[in-house]
Parts: sequence; structure tokens; C-alpha cells
Amino acid sequence: MLVRAEETTGTPAGAPAAARRPGGGATFLWLFAAMVAAGMVAPFFAYPVFLMKVLCFALFACAFNLLIGYVGLLSFGHAMFFGGAAYVCGYGIKTLGLTPELGILAGMAFAAVLGSAVGWLAIRRQGIYFAMVTLALAQMFFFFCLQTRFTGGEDGIQAIPRRPLFGLIPTTDDRVLYFIVLALFLAAFLLIYRIVHSPFGQVLKAIRENEPRAISLGYRVERYKLVAFVLSATLAGMAGAMKTVVFQLASLSDVAWQMSGEVVLMTLVGGMGTVFGPVVGAGIIVAMQNYLSGIGEWVLVTQGVVFVAAVLLFRRGVVGEIAALVTRARARGES
Amino acid sequence: MRIRTILLAAAATLATTAANAQNSNGVVKIGVLNDQSALYADMSGQGSVWAARKAVEDFGAAAKGMKVEIVFADHQNKADIGSNIARQWYDQDGVDMIVDVPNSSVALSVNQITREKNKVFLNSGAASSDLTGKACSPNTVHWTYDTWALANGTGKAVVKTGGDSWFFITADYAFGHALERDTEAVVLANGGKVLGKVRHPLSTQDFSSFLLQAQGSGAKIIGLANAGGDTINSVKQAAEFGITQAGQNLAALLVFLTDVHSLGLKTAQGLVFTSAWYWDLDDDDRAFAKAFAADNKGMHPTMVQAGVYSAVMHYLKAVEALGSDADGAAVVAKMKEMPSDDKLFGKGSVRADGRKIHDLYLFEVKKPSESKAPWDYYKLRATIPAAEAFRPLDQGGCPLVKRS
Repeated sequence: MLVRAEETTGTPAGAPAAARRPGGGATFLWLFAAMVAAGMVAPFFAYPVFLMKVLCFALFACAFNLLIGYVGLLSFGHAMFFGGAAYVCGYGIKTLGLTPELGILAGMAFAAVLGSAVGWLAIRRQGIYFAMVTLALAQMFFFFCLQTRFTGGEDGIQAIPRRPLFGLIPTTDDRVLYFIVLALFLAAFLLIYRIVHSPFGQVLKAIRENEPRAISLGYRVERYKLVAFVLSATLAGMAGAMKTVVFQLASLSDVAWQMSGEVVLMTLVGGMGTVFGPVVGAGIIVAMQNYLSGIGEWVLVTQGVVFVAAVLLFRRGVVGEIAALVTRARARGES
Repeated sequence: MRIRTILLAAAATLATTAANAQNSNGVVKIGVLNDQSALYADMSGQGSVWAARKAVEDFGAAAKGMKVEIVFADHQNKADIGSNIARQWYDQDGVDMIVDVPNSSVALSVNQITREKNKVFLNSGAASSDLTGKACSPNTVHWTYDTWALANGTGKAVVKTGGDSWFFITADYAFGHALERDTEAVVLANGGKVLGKVRHPLSTQDFSSFLLQAQGSGAKIIGLANAGGDTINSVKQAAEFGITQAGQNLAALLVFLTDVHSLGLKTAQGLVFTSAWYWDLDDDDRAFAKAFAADNKGMHPTMVQAGVYSAVMHYLKAVEALGSDADGAAVVAKMKEMPSDDKLFGKGSVRADGRKIHDLYLFEVKKPSESKAPWDYYKLRATIPAAEAFRPLDQGGCPLVKRS
């Protein structure tokens, strides 16, 4: 996994086709509208709690993708931001009596602070060393969560009440909560799109393609990397905090290293460095975990097969491959 | 949503007026939720699904005209996956009762959802005594064992049978600390003494320094206040150091038959621990184990799987007596009211806090020379009578108890 990520970050092969194509903005608008429409009608066909889970993980994967897809940094410790924010949000809502929006903000603030500290340390190294530093710090955070009292150890924080949003809108009904989560997700998604397509995002991509050159052009790449890391951590924290509100629990599996691995899997399957890829990837992986749970141990095997298939057959991920097909078809049409 | 509620209410009224069993959706649907792929898959997993089916069959549901359906799922030891499945089962699939659920964090979340939706949760697999303590619920019964009972049973019975000096090897997090604290209290209360203790991080590979300290302490009993892979590793390495052969006994707190099986007698011999059930205690148990082994590649049932059988049996009896499964709290109330009796756990009862009460046993793992047949692993060292096996009702801090 690491090797592959290295490879793609080193060469422009995995670069986002959609983002570079002229007219990408219009395509994005259409696709975004389609996603909003799908999000609006989905709860009438599928189970809302399941959909909320997909949205939370989709946001987590998008936040992760911001880092690996656009800056070329493979963080193997994103679970610490996801799970850390989940705990802070859970503790805030359950023990301190915060409303959900304040709980989510508290979780995001925590993830941002943690992200600055971890990022400040980790961005000094590149490639595999960067991944290892983040993994090591995430493991330290895992053991911290295991030991401290307020996280509830291996029991986690349970029975977190669903308080009304802003103290006004009741969130006990799954459908109501679904639309709140959908709105938050879409807002965060647009924010990521904006970041990626801003001048700041252009610099990030320049760093991904050729860091020494970016330095020679006068960019202080360390600062750009750190800001991207903190943004990614904060959004991952938002996803974790939202998940706490939905499931009314925060547990150790949120901070475990497997969670960091899962988000890598989601991003790779969906399409690294594409805007919609992580959303599709998260949908695929969460649906597999959920709907295949009846086949027992084969869930993990199936996940493995999907991963191997993704690496061997469609290396750009589901969305990446589709985008490449469209580009090729267009190129043929033009010539 | 509202139409659903009205329909459910109508179904409930119908159920109470009809003379014969009228269940929600006309079927009693049981969901077995456990680990099917990782560390708890052997001691619960498909074996628990089999046990639930067997209970339905032995109850004679078909002959009584009661339609019972069983579904199962893998919670993958993740609380969010477990709670998602539980919600979906209750909201969409018409599941009336969830059984098994090893792993405390998943069990606690199912406990809460079950209460919210007024269904029934019968726990066999998870250890946390909070389920009948501060997290107790009118919709939950904790069936087979819990941490308090294991610590108490092992601590007391070992001291009484001569193991009066202890050294603890404890996993360094809340679960380990709680086990150590509870066991130590029992050891001291029964006149034993604790010579020392050492803490190790979760998922330790190398126990040699801890075991050497334990060996040097000269304690008769080395108490392992840990679980899962840590227990397995410490037992394995203790065997390599020849600790048991040198006369010290290991007392583990959370050990299942399948763990002993994978360790092998040579490694596990001399290990003492508390268990709620063993397949070789009487003829009914042996017959159950034989049928189980025939359908499960020769594996023998653990206490968790036997507990699933026993719990499902009592549940079906309560539903039959009540004539309805629609109101979860009412079914559990009925389960508490009726004495339980089945061929595996014998006579027992369910207490106000949801704790199922029965005898527990202190076992010692046989030496390879004492074992006469495959799966002949345990010898009985003591029986802990039901009355003193579980935490006294007033000490758990369960809000349901104060009310009554």
C-alpha cells in the first residue's frame, strides 16, 4: 500500500484528470447537483442511519484525500483526529450538556489543535517516514484513550443523548438528523472543493508534483503543508464528531490504527485525487461492512479482494477510471 | 412513522386480546449478533447461531404453532457497526430480540438501543458487569457470566482450595485494573495475601520479565488479570518457563474452552478459572455437545454458546406465557417472574437488575496424561453455589433495584 502511494505521489500518473480538464467546473456543478438530489431522495429508499454513516465516512475520506490526493502526503494516523474529535464531542454532549453543533465544533477545535501539533512534527519528513511518524503518534494517542478515564476505556462513551440542534430542532428522529448531517457534509464538501481549486490549492498541487521546484519558486512549502494538514485533520475531526452524534457513542475502534487503514482503502477504491472518489469509496466500503455482515468472516476477505482488484485493475479508483474514460472519449472527439 | 406506530399499537392490542400467541408481524424474530471473523468468533460466532436454532427446535416452536425466525450478523467488534445493525434490525427487519453480543463496548450500545426501542437484549458473550450495574435496563438480561462473578469465583474458590498467596499480572487499562481490584478484594477477604503485582501494556508480546517477577515472588497463584491475546501469550510463555511444572498455578480470569483447545493441554495444564458451564458435567450437556460437534466440525460448545441456548429457551417460554413478543419490557418482566429451567443450565432465576443466577464452577485444566478423549480438558475443582456466585443485588448501583 505504502509503495503504491509513494509511486503515485512521485509521478503525475495519479493526477486528477477532472481537475485539469477545461470545463471541469461545469461538470462539477452537474455532478454536485446529482449528488445533492441523490442525497435528498436517498432516505426514502435506504435506512437513514446507514446513510448517515456513509456520509460521515465520506467526509472522513474526503478530508484524508485532501492530504494524500492533493499534497501527496500519506498520513497513517488520521484515526487520531477522527476518534479524538469523536471522544471530545461525546464527552461534551453527554457530560457537559452541549448541544450537537457545539459538540461538533468542540471536536473540530480539538482535532485542529492536535493536527497542528502532529503536523508541525510530521511534515519535517517525507514519504514512508511521514507515514510512520503519523502512525506512531496515532498509536500513542490510542493508548492515551485506552488509559484515561473520560473515554471509558474499552467500553467507550455510550448512550450520548441526541440533544436538539441549537436547542430548537429535535434530532431524535433519524430522518431529521439525516438532513442535518447531509447539510453539514455538503458544506464541508464544497469547502474542500474550494480549497483544492484556490490559488492555495494550486500551490499544494505544485508541491505534490515537484517539491524542490516549488521551493525554488519561493514558496515556503513547510507552511503550505502544515496548513493543509491542519485543514485535513479538522475536517476528519468533523466527520468523527458527526459520527458520535449519529451513533450516540464514541469507542476505541474510532482511534485504532485499523480506522486509519480503512480510510486509505476508501480513498484508493474510490479514486485518489478526485473530488468525488472518496465519497464513492466510502459508500462502497461502508455498504460492504453493513450489508455483508451476514456472511461473517467473508466480509474481510471480500474487502481484501476489492482492494486487490482496485490496485491491479483500476488503479485510479472507480471515479478516477471513469474520469479517465471520459477524457479519452473527449480527446478522440476533438481530434 | 406514525402509521407504523399505529399499526404496532394495533398489533399489540390484537396480541393481548387473542387467546393464542399473536406476535408482532406474526413471527418471533431472533437476531444473533456477535463476532464471526475475529478473536471471539470461536467462542461465539456460528456456534451461537447453532445454539439459538437448537433452542428453538427443542422448545418445539413449530409444534406449538409459534413461528420463530433466526437471523445473524457479524459486528466485527466495532460498536458503530454493531449499533447500526441493531437499529436496522429493530427498525426495519422486525427483529424482536438480540442475543449473544460479545465485546463490552458493542454490548453496551446494543443495551441502550434495545431500551430505546423497547425490545429484548439477552447478553451471553460480553463480560462487563455494568450491564446489570449502572447501565442496567428493564429490557436486558445478562445471562452467562460477568467480570464480577469471574473475579469473585476464581478468587474465593482458589483461596479456599489452598491457593492463598497471589501475584497479579495485570493489563494496564481500566478492564485489567477492575479485574485485579475485584479479585484482590476477594482474596484478601478470604484470608489470602497478595505478594505483588505488575502491569503490562495491552497486546504485549513478551511477558518474560513479568513472569520472572511472578516466579521470583514465590506466590502459589499467578493471577492473570487480562484477556484475549494477552492471556494466551502469558499462558504460553509461562509454559515455556516451566512455571506450572515448578508448582505455581496460573489463575486466569477470562478463559473459554476454545482458548484451551487452541493452546493445547501441554501448554494450558494447571490453569484455573471460573466458568458457567462445561460440556462434560452431565448427560444432557454431553448430548448437547455431541450434536453441536456433529454440526460444527468437531468443535465443542463454550459456556457462551450454551448460554445462548439457555437464554433463547427461557425467552421463548416467556413469550409463550405472555402470548406476545411486542412489548420488550413486558417479556423481560415475565422472564424475571418465571423461574428458568433448561437442560444445560438447570434451574435458575433472573434477578430484578437483569442478572441471571445459576451455579458457577471452578475448573482446572487437565494434564495431558489425565485427558482421555479429545476435548476432555477440564476437571472440576469446586462448585460456587448460585447464591454467592454473583454480585449482591444492592452493590451494583442499578437504578431498577432502588425502585422496587
